[in-house]
Amino acid sequence: MIIGNINNGIVLDHIEAGKCMEIYEVLKLNELECTVAMIKNADSVKMGKKDIIKIFEVIDLDLDVIGYMAPTTTVNIIENGKVASRKHLQLPEKVEDVITCKNPRCITSVERGLKQSFKLTNREKGIYRCIYCESEAK
Amino acid sequence: MRHLIDILELSVDEIDALIETANDIIANPEKYAEKCRHKKLATLFFEPSTRTRLSFEAAMYELGGNVLGFSEAASSSSAKGESVSDTIKVVSSYADIIAMRHPKEGAPMVASMKSDVPVINAGDGGHNHPTQTLTDLLTIKREIGRLDNIVIGYCGDLKFGRTVHSLANALSRYKNVKMVFISPEELRIPDYIIEEVLKPLGIEYVETADLMEYMPELDVLYMTRVQRERFFNEADYIRLKDSYILDAEKLSHAKETACVLHPLPRVNEIAIEVDEDPRAKYFIQAKYGKYIRMALILKLLGIE
Repeated sequence: MIIGNINNGIVLDHIEAGKCMEIYEVLKLNELECTVAMIKNADSVKMGKKDIIKIFEVIDLDLDVIGYMAPTTTVNIIENGKVASRKHLQLPEKVEDVITCKNPRCITSVERGLKQSFKLTNREKGIYRCIYCESEAK
Repeated sequence: MRHLIDILELSVDEIDALIETANDIIANPEKYAEKCRHKKLATLFFEPSTRTRLSFEAAMYELGGNVLGFSEAASSSSAKGESVSDTIKVVSSYADIIAMRHPKEGAPMVASMKSDVPVINAGDGGHNHPTQTLTDLLTIKREIGRLDNIVIGYCGDLKFGRTVHSLANALSRYKNVKMVFISPEELRIPDYIIEEVLKPLGIEYVETADLMEYMPELDVLYMTRVQRERFFNEADYIRLKDSYILDAEKLSHAKETACVLHPLPRVNEIAIEVDEDPRAKYFIQAKYGKYIRMALILKLLGIE
């Protein structure tokens, strides 16, 4: 089978090489019925190597999750075979229920029904801290 | 509605206003004796802390209010497995304000998200203890006369010492504060305090393992306990523990106007003989803790 150009859908480009499977799993792309193509270690002028995910349907994506996992990603929305919009992601200010606090003394380790919530405290170094106990995300 | 979970939630102006109120309470206690009449403070202490709890309770009684609560988790419904959220929803329908200590870090923040009344963090694990920091700031202001233009030395366990982290955070917002971090290598101030607080704000700081190196420069010496269990081996503990004991001889090298603080309880890091020195302010510091808590209760209840 040949994966051709998308008519309507989403192309996640410039994903850090090696991250596409992780993103596929976290975004639960396996649950989609449309065609999803993943390209690993594609040549990239900017990055050397990159991963690409093509989704052959326009769906709602949690851009904060992608931004957290792979901040170099660009999100291209394709309509009628053309790029209708392009968004360069960056580390989001806050991520919820993506990472788990590893501090055994944190209230999130015992309190039921509490969201795992992290805030960006150092953009340069990409450091996130738990909003409850302020432990660094590992 | 305001809570106090982290000292940095208070602006410098708000801290200055709390200190001003505390000073007025100290000067005119009778003026405040009925301010919280018919108000109730719930002290929810999921782990024991005699000093902080008594300080909160004394503060509320001196404002003419009442106190209810518990002093250990075993006597609360959390022993039956109740969540913090559920406990707070119930208690906030009985009390006008809550002071809460909990062994889990972030528990008071969860409480504040669920409460209908103001929540004060009275200590959450090794994380925050903002009313201790307010106490420290009031003590420095009263004993030194200012919070800016000071040289403060923190000595002892700077790695796990939450009081040191909070105080460094709070003082970093005042002008021309120099910080001296005195500790063994194993208990150095965490990197994130330096990288995320001191450096971005351009705070002058030094780290040293020698208590005497900067002693003559210090306006404030903030002592903390060096705990045996923090060390990887007994030999290191024995080698280092005496370097961080303040005695009369060491203090004789300090300024006449300096003051020595300690969040207490003290074990052996300050020799008993130092208690007689007029620069020893740790017991009056504990007393000031009550007044600043009175000021805080008034502020959070919106009572002028």
